Amino acid sequence: MKIGTPTETFEGEARVAMTPDSALALQKLGHECVIESGAGALAGFDDASYKAAGVEVVDTTEALWSAVDVIAKVRAPSEAEVARLRDDQTLISFFNPAGNKELMEAAASKGATLIAMDMVPRISRAQKMDALSSMANIAGYRAVIEAGNNFPRFFTGQITAAGKVPPAKVLVVGAGVAGLAAIGTATSLGAITYAFDVRPEVAEQVESMGAEFVYLDFEEEQQDGSASGGYASVSSPEFREAQLAKFRELAPDMDIVITTALIPNREAPELWTEDMVAAMKPGSVIVDLAAEKGGNCKLTVPDEKIVTKNGVTIVGYTDFPSRMATQASTLYATNIRHMMTDLTPDKDGKINHNMEDDVIRGATITHAGDVTFPPPPPKVAAIAAAPKKAPVKELTPDEKRAAETAAFKAATRSQVTLLVVGGAIMLLIGAFAPASFMQHFIVFALACFIGFQVIWNVSHALHTPLMAVTNAISGIVILGALLQVGSGSWLVVFLSFVSILIASINVVGGFLVTRRMLAMFQKS
Amino acid sequence: MFSLGLTSAAYIAAAVLFILSLGGLSNQESAKRAVWYGIVGMGLAVFATVFGPGVYNIVLILIAIAAGGFAGYYVAGRVQMTEMPQLVAALHSFVGLAAVFIGLNADIMLASVVALRDGGVPLADAQLTGFGESLWKKDAVEIAILKVEVFLGIFIGAITFTGSVIAFGKLAGRVDGKPTQLPGGHMLNAAALIAALLLGVMYFNGAGIWTMVLVTLIAGFIGWHLIMGIGGADMPVVVSMLNSYSGWAAAAIGFTLGNDLLIVVGALVGSSGAILSYIMCRAMNRKFINVILGGFGGSKGPAMEVEGEQIAIEAEGVANALNDADSIIIIPGYGMAVAQAQQSVSELVKKLRAAGKTVRFAIHPVAGRLPGHMNVLLAEARVPYDIVMEMDEINDDFPQTDVAIVIGSNDIVNPAAQDDPNSPIAGMPVLECWKAKTVFVSKRGQGTGYSGIENPLFFKENTRMFYGDAKASLDKLIPLID
Repeated sequence: MKIGTPTETFEGEARVAMTPDSALALQKLGHECVIESGAGALAGFDDASYKAAGVEVVDTTEALWSAVDVIAKVRAPSEAEVARLRDDQTLISFFNPAGNKELMEAAASKGATLIAMDMVPRISRAQKMDALSSMANIAGYRAVIEAGNNFPRFFTGQITAAGKVPPAKVLVVGAGVAGLAAIGTATSLGAITYAFDVRPEVAEQVESMGAEFVYLDFEEEQQDGSASGGYASVSSPEFREAQLAKFRELAPDMDIVITTALIPNREAPELWTEDMVAAMKPGSVIVDLAAEKGGNCKLTVPDEKIVTKNGVTIVGYTDFPSRMATQASTLYATNIRHMMTDLTPDKDGKINHNMEDDVIRGATITHAGDVTFPPPPPKVAAIAAAPKKAPVKELTPDEKRAAETAAFKAATRSQVTLLVVGGAIMLLIGAFAPASFMQHFIVFALACFIGFQVIWNVSHALHTPLMAVTNAISGIVILGALLQVGSGSWLVVFLSFVSILIASINVVGGFLVTRRMLAMFQKS
Repeated sequence: MFSLGLTSAAYIAAAVLFILSLGGLSNQESAKRAVWYGIVGMGLAVFATVFGPGVYNIVLILIAIAAGGFAGYYVAGRVQMTEMPQLVAALHSFVGLAAVFIGLNADIMLASVVALRDGGVPLADAQLTGFGESLWKKDAVEIAILKVEVFLGIFIGAITFTGSVIAFGKLAGRVDGKPTQLPGGHMLNAAALIAALLLGVMYFNGAGIWTMVLVTLIAGFIGWHLIMGIGGADMPVVVSMLNSYSGWAAAAIGFTLGNDLLIVVGALVGSSGAILSYIMCRAMNRKFINVILGGFGGSKGPAMEVEGEQIAIEAEGVANALNDADSIIIIPGYGMAVAQAQQSVSELVKKLRAAGKTVRFAIHPVAGRLPGHMNVLLAEARVPYDIVMEMDEINDDFPQTDVAIVIGSNDIVNPAAQDDPNSPIAGMPVLECWKAKTVFVSKRGQGTGYSGIENPLFFKENTRMFYGDAKASLDKLIPLID
């Protein structure tokens, strides 16, 4: 199959859906790659590097669309682009099918297959093609950089000859992929970072990134994100109130606020109200990653940077990934390449559009003339529901002591029981057995005792030599045979002879192999 | 000729030397000295016995010792370290067989000595061996006790013998490793046990030696059937258990012969095997009885669904990750022994350590087919023992580890043991390698492990599957490390 990537037509879009590296990987699957001349220029990939990777470079958009079977691009297609689609063509791109119904139906009526990269189900198998996460990661990173660009102070605290510089305080709202990336970037720049999310189970991830999770004093059971495929859902009004109260309390202290809260297919929730903005110090920065969906702050103007009356900068850019076009293109092209790998299971350059496959089915929004959106729920749950853990009760020192005493008493009791029972058995044996037997029995009991004491100290690493050496010394049964071999009965002599023979194999073989093994153990 | 007193003195010295020899195994350096204590002890004991009172047929003895010694020397020199489990099992079977023979001999001699004594022949004219003389002096109660001891010696010895032969066959791959049982299963074993006990009672009440021959056969059947029913992965427990039995058999023979040295050694070996079995069972979180009776404990519900996919990786990818890593932990298992990959592992480690990386090994107590087997294999490949760690020493270090490499192990790195209460191995202590940043699993194919349990580790996000024969994969990897 021929896979082609045209130049993005969306104003200001710098990304490209195919890189020379991804083209090499696609060719390994048996596909041919085509690119429109200049498509990668803004992302830092020139035509020559594509040619070097074996990609055919065509000059016009028309030539590209007519030449290829699969179109891979970044932005959702425009009406003009949909009009170019043929019934045997497949188009892979972001699409937002819920908000783009007419275009989707137009494509379906053309008979073309549409694969929406933003519809890839969130299951772990599909993570390698989860382009939303790739882009969110970049957006989170870039949000911090953008904030730093507009923030007139250092991130990290310093003590310089010219005085002390306090560290910046960053609050990240929403600890999804973008939020976590922002947390990581902010902490590595040295800021004191706080993070909030409605899903309490992400607290651990937040803390592992070096930020402090902001907990609410809220009694109601907080929502479990795993029920909704890892995404946040709408919270109750009481919860919202508690949340806003907490933010209001934090607002005067925060230097940088990065909001990333999005709920699938809804307007972004308002989390950073005007009074919070008013409470912030002059020079503070808000980066609203939800600007495209109306913003988590109502003052945000999409695609623009504004400064409020009290000197707070609000960044509302919606094109963060495009601002990092090389990185974004590399990751996106890899996501596309993984999608193609799943579509070409036999690596023979032939596409097998398997609608039984959860991932392919989920991402396909039109196929064979039909609109196939929305997909049925995937067969595997996205994220295993976190088992509700019963809180481990902190023991008071008194309780601990009581538990220790109880354990000690139990141990004493079991030991005493053992001794009493053992003693009783000894007495029982002693009452009936003759003295000659008891003499041997004492030896036996003591030897068992010594054996247990000695063997517990043997290093685990030497268990094999231990077995070999016990093999050797259990060859001591040779003594029994030696004492019998002088008998007058030929049968006894024969059996003793055999016993001596095999017991000597044990003795000699066991000791020698032990020695051989032990000699191998060497210190570095 | 030594007097009885001198012989006893030699026995005391030998017993002390044996104890020191086992005690010396507490660390690698003292162990090298300790094995000599054992050799000297054994030499002393045999020498004192051969030249002690009541031993005849010296020529025969010398021939037997020379032949056996030569065979032992030959085997010990030739055996591959991967074949250690088989060798240990084979040596157990010899002890069992010798115990059976000595037990039968004791009964034959008892009959003839009692006949002589009751025939009125004076002791001085009877020309008895040392053992015969002690039999002569026994009264009725002592003879009764002797019969119990003979029964125990033969019974345990025969189980040890056939059990070890089967264990040997399974470990050497000559007998199918899968658990197989005759119809009737453990009821058959129970029936055989009852039959053996009945025969024992008959023998006690005066029935002839035929009862003991039958007991030998029946106990042999139990040993055979019991071990046939146990799968290959449980062999560490089985071998430890047989080790223990061979000790108890020797101790029983010691009682029969009234020989304290035999009793001491039997007790030492018996308790050693018992402790090893206990350690192995604890490492699998299973009851001893449950292992011996075969099969995993019934699971309490459906196993957790494993989701995700196994992501394969080529040697280049592994090499890149290793070149970037600072700390690496390698987890070897039975698969490494099967593929004979220990030399390649050692070479890889040498290269990585030369590049200044921290490389350590994590050994699970039941890795391999013999307690401590992995340590021996790595020692053979010249991996220094101070970077080979036990599970408890290293399990907390995985979160700070860049790369964990799993070579041919499966159940001992199965996270289901912790996460899934319905898993057959739930609660078994495992190496938490999935907490490392990246895990590479060298494995032949996509199948499940010996126990047939799906391993969610292979489906984890940070796990990459490095398919192929362990040795071939590693040999491909080594030139790529710089």
